[in-house]
This record gives sequence, structure tokens and C-alpha cells, in this order.
Amino acid sequence: MRTSNDIVEDMQQSGYSEGFITEIESDTFPPGLDEAIIRKLSAKKQEPEYMLERRLKAYQYWQTMQEPHWGKVEYPEIDYQAISYFSAPKSGEDAPKSLDEVDPALLETYNKLGIPLVEQQLLAGVAVDAVFDSVSVATTFREELKKAGVIFCSISEAIRDYPELVQKYLGSVVPHTDNFFAALNAAVFSDGTFVYVPEGVRCPMELSTYFRINEANTGQFERTLIIAEKGSYVSYLEGCTAPMRDENQLHAAVVELIALEDAQIKYSTVQNWYPGDAEGKGGIYNFVTKRGICKGDRSHISWTQVETGSAITWKYPSCILKGDDSIGEFYSVAVTRGRQQADTGTKMYHIGKNTRSTIVSKGISADRGVNSYRGLVRMNKGAETGRNHTQCDSLLIGDQCAAHTFPYIEVANPTARVEHEATTSKIDANQLFYCKQRGLSEEEAVALIVNGFCKEVFNELPMEFAVEARKLLEISLEGAVG
Amino acid sequence: MKQTSSLLSVNHLQASVDNKPILKGLNLEVKAGEIHAIMGPNGSGKSTFANVLAGHEDYTVSAGNIHYLGENLLDLSVEERAHKGIFLAFQYPVEIPGVNNMVFLRTALNAMRTAKGEDELSAPAFMKLIRKTLAELEMDDRLLKRAVNVGFSGGEKKRNEILQMALFQPRLAILDETDSGLDIDALRQVAKGVNKLRDPQRSMILVTHYQRLLDSIEPDYVHVMADGRIVRTGDKSLALELEDKGYSWITDEEAA
Ligand SMILES: Nc1ncnc2c1ncn2[C@@H]1O[C@H](COP(=O)(O)OP(=O)(O)OP(=O)(O)O)[C@@H](O)[C@H]1O
Ligand SMILES: [Mg+2]
Repeated sequence: MRTSNDIVEDMQQSGYSEGFITEIESDTFPPGLDEAIIRKLSAKKQEPEYMLERRLKAYQYWQTMQEPHWGKVEYPEIDYQAISYFSAPKSGEDAPKSLDEVDPALLETYNKLGIPLVEQQLLAGVAVDAVFDSVSVATTFREELKKAGVIFCSISEAIRDYPELVQKYLGSVVPHTDNFFAALNAAVFSDGTFVYVPEGVRCPMELSTYFRINEANTGQFERTLIIAEKGSYVSYLEGCTAPMRDENQLHAAVVELIALEDAQIKYSTVQNWYPGDAEGKGGIYNFVTKRGICKGDRSHISWTQVETGSAITWKYPSCILKGDDSIGEFYSVAVTRGRQQADTGTKMYHIGKNTRSTIVSKGISADRGVNSYRGLVRMNKGAETGRNHTQCDSLLIGDQCAAHTFPYIEVANPTARVEHEATTSKIDANQLFYCKQRGLSEEEAVALIVNGFCKEVFNELPMEFAVEARKLLEISLEGAVG
Repeated sequence: MKQTSSLLSVNHLQASVDNKPILKGLNLEVKAGEIHAIMGPNGSGKSTFANVLAGHEDYTVSAGNIHYLGENLLDLSVEERAHKGIFLAFQYPVEIPGVNNMVFLRTALNAMRTAKGEDELSAPAFMKLIRKTLAELEMDDRLLKRAVNVGFSGGEKKRNEILQMALFQPRLAILDETDSGLDIDALRQVAKGVNKLRDPQRSMILVTHYQRLLDSIEPDYVHVMADGRIVRTGDKSLALELEDKGYSWITDEEAA
């Protein structure tokens, strides 16, 4: 994988060339949601008729649904009529003109992460030419991928250019009937990513949303669809270690992964949205539905996530292990501090024979953060010799935070085996003393110990991402002890 | 009374843990280049003293003072003391799961260097240094690849402490029973490490139960600690005498 520095260097070198950012208009819909808004949204995106029909169907279904409240999270009621469902990327008037106009706290974090200036401007939404340059870089990457036969584009483009694939797979893993937020997303999703890896192809690079910066402001109802054909491999990185400027409070994304015979999909996420202030004001509500299906025999899906941001995180990246001998994995680090709440975990549905799943969840709570692991492992009747191993560790920093574990286990096949291990620990005073005696400050010591705690998960991340994730964790926990 | 070459000066030190007095008026004077052995029965307060010197927060100093390099040591945080050259080889080294030992050593060394205003060592420079240090101590690099102290045998933990001491080059090294539980080879390595580090500028406090260590490391003084105080001070021969007669002849005298 290339480092972000390389990319930015490229960006600075390549001048402005014709990008694909053209048809964007700078208007925003008035708040509110009804059929007319959805028609307007679909028209704005120049979608074929089939997409509009899907959206309307999802909308009608959504209207019959109730917002769920079973998670261990608390938040004020969301007024869905107060949200604007189409907001073009910021331009002109409301975007900051330079970094001088950007929240200094945000800049400080960028600097600590060592993010180059140009990239800082991008992330902070500063209206600069660099944004356009980045588009041309992205185009270059797309050319290279095209040679390998990999399709990597926005979901809007895919809807227009690859209607067969989209119609076949979109909503096939997470149907609009799945849950309240999935239905809402299906009705109003703004944009997102589409990846298609043809049979036998090993995708030549790590794919990252980073290359698709022109979507910076469309994250609210993101939709991602990744299809890996027989024997193919793809590694996809979502998100960015730097906190994104974002005014949208509610995020309800849907991600669907489809792995056919012998295919492997690695999906890594670093989520660092604005968590709100120490009292919990502001901050993103992140209600995400992520699910992958191991459709073919011996297929393999792994989810790796590092969640440090958002006021509320509510997500359960899941695997449907349909193919025989298929493998599902979930590696997660979730950090909550201040007033952050996270209710996260995974679901592993073992359907095929000899399917295996591994769950490693590391929850870290500090201040008044609340961290809940919620996981379901289901061994269906046909899951002969299915195996699951779950390891669920919580680390508490201070005594006002909380960690909860909610494992749900359903076994319908007598030959299947499910193992669950859970630990809760505090940062040990003797460990801190030992580190400090060796010259580390309290913060350095905490960072080191916490990184050690998360090691099994970080090991799953692509190298460069792991380095950034480590640094991010350090920053997220600054001042958490003492 | 105090001489200018005094590195550490402990006066009438009283310290307690959970309101239980442990150190009850301890006096000790360590000059640059000296090696002091502290012996004494279990529970007499040797480790407590070592911990107080290093700044462990569990121990409250209720009276007395400690001067180190002319400064009031009790004003300094744990890491400041470390930066100023105080090194404690732990009686029970702590395990840190998931943290690679090599990464730990490098992070710690660089934290020390940064605090002293020196540049951080690059990865290759650090590798060179650690290889050299290992060679001097006749140690191999097996322990570097593992998580800090996790699953180390008792002897391996102690060796790892010596390695750190050699790496950090402290002004005042406090070795709390670093010789306990070592096989003969390991004991030789520890002694070798200590002797290598012997320097007119460097002082050491060796807490030990065995005269064996003092055969290979000749101390300038041997102190006997009992009930939170140093009750007798002598030279090497005192250790031999203790080996022979046990502690009771001193502690009984004390009580009398
Ligand atoms: N953190 C602590 N909490 C409670 N009691 C403590 C603590 N640390 C030391 N003590 C008590 O203080 C006394 C002195 O202990 P210390 O470890 O200093 O003895 P020592 O001389 O090092 O003994 P040994 O030779 O067995 O290592 C003991 O009674 C011990 O139980
Ligand atoms: Mg002791």
C-alpha cells in the first residue's frame, strides 16, 4: 500500500486535469422526507428508473417501522423531518476559506497525526484546488485498476454504468426490510463505494475511500457494495484516522460484501468522527449496518475495525457463512471516553458445513464512556462441525466508565462448537509504575499498555493503517489517566 | 556533614503504606562510585525503600528527606527520577502483554534521551546498540522478540532487568534481589553486568539475601536492615558473618 504522504506528493505534482467531479451542484434540499424528496434526489443523481423504484419501496417500508431502542445507548429523539436529505459538497460561502478558519483543536489533532498540510485542508473541507488535484490522482488509480479488471467507483456511477451487477447484488445481503436504519438508508442513500473484483483476480492495491475524496461530504447515508468473484481477493480500507469535519449528526451507512467461491474480502475501518465535547454535546450518531455473505465454498470475509470517534456507535459487522468451509472473522477495537457510548460487536451465522469464525473484541473505556460488546453466534442445523472462538476483553481506565458484554449463542447442531472467553481488567498501577520507572510519562505508558492490549486486532490491519491506528489510539486516550 | 561527592543522602526517612509504618527512620549516605549492599530479614522494608527511592505512589513519606544529586528527590515524579539516572531493577518485574520487548526498550530509551535533550535513536542505531549491549552481557536476543516479561522464567526476568540497566546507563542503580532465583550462569551474567557498569560516577544499591553475589561484586559497604531501619553497617566481612550466624544476633541486639 502507498502511504498517504506519497499520495499527497502525487497530488501536488499532478496539476489540475479534467476530473469527474463536474455535475455537482451546490444546492441543498430543504429539511424533510417524503416521496417527492426521494424522486427529486433520484433525479438529481440521474438514476435509472429501477433505482427510484427501490428507493420508494424502501421508503414506504420504512414508514411502517419503529426506531429500535434495544441497544445500550441513550440519545435524544431524532427528528427525521429536520434532516436535509440532499446536501451537495460544501463550496463557496460556507466552506472555510483557509485553515485559519478551521477549529484549532481539529488542526492540533491533524498535526499530532503528522498529516501534511494539503491533506489537512482536504479533511477540514477547505475549498482549495488540491481537492481537484486529488480527483485526478484518484482517476490514475482507477486506470490501473481497470487494467486488472477491477471496478472501483462511486455507487452512483455503478447504478448508471453497471445496472446488472447492482440490481443483482444491492440489497441482497442487507435488504431494506432488515432494520429501521437500513430501510432509511435504502430510501435516501447519498453515495458510497462500489467494488467489483472479477474471477481469479487479486486486486493489485489496497482500496481506500481516501482515493475518493470528492465524496467527503456525502457520508451521512453511505452505501457500499463489494463483490468478489470466484477466487479473487480484495482488501478495502474505509475511513481515515483524522477526524473529518462533518455537520451531519446522524450517520446511517449500509455496507454489503459478497464473497463467492474461494474469494477473500478484507474490510478494515478506522472510524474517528467527532465524538462530541466532554459533556456529550454534539458528536455523530453512527448507526451502521454492515454485513457480508460468504456465498461460495471456502470463501473468507474479515472485518477489522478501530472505532474511536462518534458520540454513539451502534454497529455489528456480520458474516453469513453460507458456503461450506467458509471463514468469518471480526477484529475490533472500540474506545469510548468523555460521554461516548458504543454498542458494537458482530453476528456470525454458520449455515454451511465446517464453517469457522473468530471474534476478537477489545473494548476500552475511560472517563464516563460506556462500551458494550454484543455478539451473536448462531450454528444452524446444517452447520456440521462449525467452530467459533470468541474472545472479548475490556479494559477500564478510571472508575466512572463501564463495560458490558452481551454474548448470544444459539447452537442447533450437536457437532458444532462455540467457545467464549471474556475478561475485564483495569490498567494496572504496577504496569504504569514499571513503565514510568523506565522513563515513560503517564500518557506514554498508557498508550503503550493499551496498544499491547489491542495488538491482536492491530496485527490484522494493513501495515500503514496499523501505524496510524496506534497513533490515533494514543491521541484518543490523552489525559485519560490521572 | 554532607560531602560534595554525595550522590544520595537519606535522612531519618519514615514511610508507610496504607497507614502502616514500614520505614522507621532510615539513614543512608551513598557517594559516587560506591556499591552498597543491603541485607535483612523478609519484610524488613528493603523493597519498600527501593520503591520509595523510585517514587512509587503507594508509599507515603511521612518524615525525613532524600537528597539526590543535590535535589530534593521527593519533589520529583517517577519518570523525572528515571530521567535523572535512577534505575530500579524490580524484585518482581511486571508483565506487559502484547508489548514487544524490543519496542518497549526502544520507546523507553528514547523517552530518556528526549528528556535529556538528546536526539532519539533511529531503529538501526538502536539495533546496533542493543546488539553491542547483549554481546557485552553474553546474552542472546531471544527475549527481545517476546512481550515484556510475559511468560519469562524468573531468571529471564532478572536478566531482562540487567539488560535494561546496561542500556540506560543509570547514575544510581537499585537492584532489588536481582540475584534471587538465578542459576549459576545467570548469576554470573548479572555479576558481570554489574561489574561492567562499575564506574566512579555510578553508584549501586544491591538488595540481596545472599553473600554469594557479593563474592563476585565487591561492595564498599554492607548494611543490615531490620524493622525499617539500617541497624548495622560494615564491610564485606559483615555479609560473611551474617551468612554464618543469621540475622538474629543483630536484631536481638537491637531489641535489647
Ligand atoms: N503495597 C503494599 N501494601 C501492603 N503492605 C505492603 C506493601 N508493600 C510492602 N508492604 C509491607 O511492608 C513490609 C515490608 O515489605 P518489603 O517488601 O519492603 O520487605 P522486604 O524487606 O523487601 O522483604 P523481602 O526480603 O521478603 O523482599 C511487609 O510487611 C509488607 O507486607
Ligand atoms: Mg523485597
